[in-house]
Amino acid sequence: MTDSSGRDVKMTCRHVWKVYGPEADGFFNNRNGDVPDPGALVHQVRENGHIGAACDVSFDVHVGEIFVIMGLSGSGKSTIVRCLSRLVEPTAGEVILDGEDLLKVSKEKLIDIRRHKMGMVFQNFGLLPHLSVLENVAFPLQVQGLDKAQRMARAMEMIELVGLSGRETSYPRQLSGGQQQRVGIARSLAVEPELWFLDEPFSALDPLIRRQMQDEFLRLQQLLHKTIVFITHDFLEALRLADRIAIMKDGQIVQIGTPAEVVMKPANDYVEEFTQDVPRVKVITAGDIMSAATGDADATVAVSATTTLERLMTRFGEGLSAIAVKNESGNIVGQVTPQAVLSALANEHDEENS
Amino acid sequence: MAVTTQDQAQSPLGGSVLKNVSPQLLAWLVLGAFAILCLVLRDEYKDLVKYPKELMLPIEVWLEAGMDWFTLHFKPVFRFISMVLAEPMKGLEWVLHQMPWPFTMLVVAIIAYAAKGWKLAAFCLGALSYMLIVGYWDESMSTLALVGISVPMSLLLGFSLGLMAFQFRWARRIVEPMLDVMQTVPTFAYLVPILILFGVGPVVGMVASAIYASPPVVRAVMLGLGRVPDNVIESGQMSGCNPLQLLFLVRIPAATHTIMVGVNQTIMAALSMVIIAAIIGGFADIGWEVLSTMRKAQTGQSLLAGLVIVLMAMMMDRISRGFTERTGEIHLARTGNFLQRHPYLSSLVGAIGVGLILSGLFPGFSDYPKEWVFYPAESLNDVVAWFTRSFFGITDAIKTYTLYFFMLPMKAGLERIARPGSWGFDMTTMAAAIYWGVVVAIGAGAVRFWGWRAGVVTGLLSILFFYGSTGTPWPIFVAAVSLIAYQVGGWRVALFSFLGMGFMLVTGAWPRAMLSFYLAATSVIICFVLGGALGIWAAQNDRVSAVLRPINDTLQTMPLFVFLIPVIMVFLVGDFSALLAIIMYSIVPAIRYTEHGLRHVDPVAIEAARMMGCTERQVLWRVKLPLAVPEIMLGLNQVVMFALAMLVIAALVGTKGLGQWVYDSLTNARFGQGVIAGGSMALMAMIADRIIQAWAIQKKKDLGLTT
Repeated sequence: MTDSSGRDVKMTCRHVWKVYGPEADGFFNNRNGDVPDPGALVHQVRENGHIGAACDVSFDVHVGEIFVIMGLSGSGKSTIVRCLSRLVEPTAGEVILDGEDLLKVSKEKLIDIRRHKMGMVFQNFGLLPHLSVLENVAFPLQVQGLDKAQRMARAMEMIELVGLSGRETSYPRQLSGGQQQRVGIARSLAVEPELWFLDEPFSALDPLIRRQMQDEFLRLQQLLHKTIVFITHDFLEALRLADRIAIMKDGQIVQIGTPAEVVMKPANDYVEEFTQDVPRVKVITAGDIMSAATGDADATVAVSATTTLERLMTRFGEGLSAIAVKNESGNIVGQVTPQAVLSALANEHDEENS
Repeated sequence: MAVTTQDQAQSPLGGSVLKNVSPQLLAWLVLGAFAILCLVLRDEYKDLVKYPKELMLPIEVWLEAGMDWFTLHFKPVFRFISMVLAEPMKGLEWVLHQMPWPFTMLVVAIIAYAAKGWKLAAFCLGALSYMLIVGYWDESMSTLALVGISVPMSLLLGFSLGLMAFQFRWARRIVEPMLDVMQTVPTFAYLVPILILFGVGPVVGMVASAIYASPPVVRAVMLGLGRVPDNVIESGQMSGCNPLQLLFLVRIPAATHTIMVGVNQTIMAALSMVIIAAIIGGFADIGWEVLSTMRKAQTGQSLLAGLVIVLMAMMMDRISRGFTERTGEIHLARTGNFLQRHPYLSSLVGAIGVGLILSGLFPGFSDYPKEWVFYPAESLNDVVAWFTRSFFGITDAIKTYTLYFFMLPMKAGLERIARPGSWGFDMTTMAAAIYWGVVVAIGAGAVRFWGWRAGVVTGLLSILFFYGSTGTPWPIFVAAVSLIAYQVGGWRVALFSFLGMGFMLVTGAWPRAMLSFYLAATSVIICFVLGGALGIWAAQNDRVSAVLRPINDTLQTMPLFVFLIPVIMVFLVGDFSALLAIIMYSIVPAIRYTEHGLRHVDPVAIEAARMMGCTERQVLWRVKLPLAVPEIMLGLNQVVMFALAMLVIAALVGTKGLGQWVYDSLTNARFGQGVIAGGSMALMAMIADRIIQAWAIQKKKDLGLTT
């Protein structure tokens, strides 16, 4: 399956609603959640004393991307990730994984999908207190019925991967928060899931440890190329990790876009407020501001599309009038000029002055 | 009725009282008028004091008939079950008696060591040596055998009920009220139907204690499973657990600690019931030893035997608590051979095996030589006799004063008790007028300082004190309790209380219920005042707290029976001894909850008070105590429950009332009477429980302590 931009889609969330209240089902005539006027329905739900934790949420998650859902507490981000895994049963909508609607599969099939295709990391780690590190990591394999030798070997691999070798026989309460979350990560990866959910995995950690864990996470993703849905309330974390970000508020998605798109073209005042304190030079990349190549640029000093403005600026300091931009395969795809850099940054100044 | 309230928030300012009388107060004014009317008409219409016979229902007869029909058809089934259950017990008993005592000691010591280390093992060895040296080894082993079979039965029953109640809503709807009833029905009342169905013998005690002891585990399982954090459950689900795996691999292991707390309580309850069941007789266990020596007034002997029970209770409590504290901490090696992986289990099996083989090879080896027994009953008797003789003046004075100035008026009313010999005057019209004059004065003061509710309390207590629980017209009592229930808990609680009291009236249990009420109320009042004071002291002073804690722990784990021994030793049989026994047992929650409530007041509130310049005394009275009220109320609730439980046991020292009636139904195997008496007792406990709980919840809400 591919979306309009031609990229392969792993999971699609289409018109998903989760309404809490005694007569939540009453709001929907058909289960697929495709209502003619979602805005009016959101209003109606609230009027009737029900809570719309997720309202008409739709997005695609591409194969191999880090899709971050960012929102403040109560915005519905945790509800959505639980709807994707059916830990929470959506009131209406479709969640399509590899072309199959998850909400229509049987309980047994669902368990099978969770056993083989999904992994999840939780905010407060969700480790089983009565099991050692090794047994915790091996737990998903144990419930699948894998034999002991195999699951222990696999679990040891995972523990090594997250850098916890030597702590296998420890129990969760003997570990620091960061170590516990490493166990959580190892466990979620033990079944080699294609789809990896992380629900505010680093929010319960101290800032320094959080930073380390983010690096660690990016390193793992370099290695594993999973399809990831990552939940956070931290806008900077979202910018740092995301390929694409979805910003949520009051159960609805406000904007979906790459970090640069969100920072440079915030969809409304709410999103803009988040972007205020963002150091743009670290977020915006050459790819975001390049124009068509005119041939002025010297192809020998081409930079990659993912180079940040911060690094670009040092290059301009060398006196170049334009720098070529190349894609991953090394072909020139455009160029950036100092003017483009300045205008991207000036934009920021305008906002600050207004 | 230990109703005290300082609800100033609700009391209007003095001047506007008459202008806007709250409907709550209005209800009490109407009730006051009704009470006066009843009291005036009391002598003319005897039915006001004594519920008319014509309005009673022959419920007892119906119950008897029902039971007769049931036994006629199902007795063989139960007798068969009884036979089957007797087998494992006989087996365990055989093992325990056959095992040479050094090996039994070794086994217990290993278990104690596994639970809590060397100190506990040493304590257990000491306790067992006492049993051995005094010569109660065989009796102790019999009791242990009973407990050893009834506890697993109880755990199995409790665990499955708890699991069902957790999994299915319909089961919860059945189990929850059932637990309520089970925990309020007096211990003796359990024995009646079981005795009738299963016949005399040790199996009765075993079955009774298995049933009686199951509620704590049921509750712990329901609570523990429900409390497992969401993210742990979710991580289990995302690991791909099916519902069964989720339950057994995630929920239950994660809830082990809470469940173990319930297991500890179950063990203690089982021991308590096994001891009480000795009353049926037919089994040479330690409970029977205490009971029979107590009946023969052999104080020394009953003290020696009673100490065995105390030690046994302490051993069981500490071992099971040791395991509870260590849940999730004991991690044995997971590699190596069986011996290395299970050092405790294998040494236990080894010790038992070797012991049994040795006793088989050398018969007589298992017994402790008779000549080595040291049984100082006679010298103890002398000590006790000397003690009672030398302190007779003091003990007798305490007893007489408490009886004449507090207990008897509560029971029969000042109007019948006041005589020149005791109170120094006769209850003439003049004296009565003075009494009511004083009451009005106190009442007015109470209203002035604490609001109208204090006035209501004064009024109710003064009526009770003047007419006694047995002389107060029942309509006043029913109306007052129902009104309190309505005002604190709404119409449901009121209806429940009203119907409950109605049951006691129509079955003819009322007069006895009033006798029990008087004894329970007096002891609750004393416990609450005394225990509250101790609790406050302990909360303010760490050293007091450190002294009180082990005493409380020990008192709490004792089987109810044991409390009777020291009191009848000094004060002989009678209401006063019962009162003391009840107080000893039920003062514990008053102390504990008060201390806990005071110590856990939000520290920010206390800091704020100090910064505003409160003295320590002001901090206590103006900040800590008001904020601790809900917790203290829960303590009061526990006090009431404990007092009612002990009340029944106290029937053994010759009290009158429902307790004695239950006991009587047991000795005569009268099912109907047992159900009515036990049921009335349970209803009394449940009415008190509902009212106090509702009140505590309301209080908590007022203070904004609930979320």
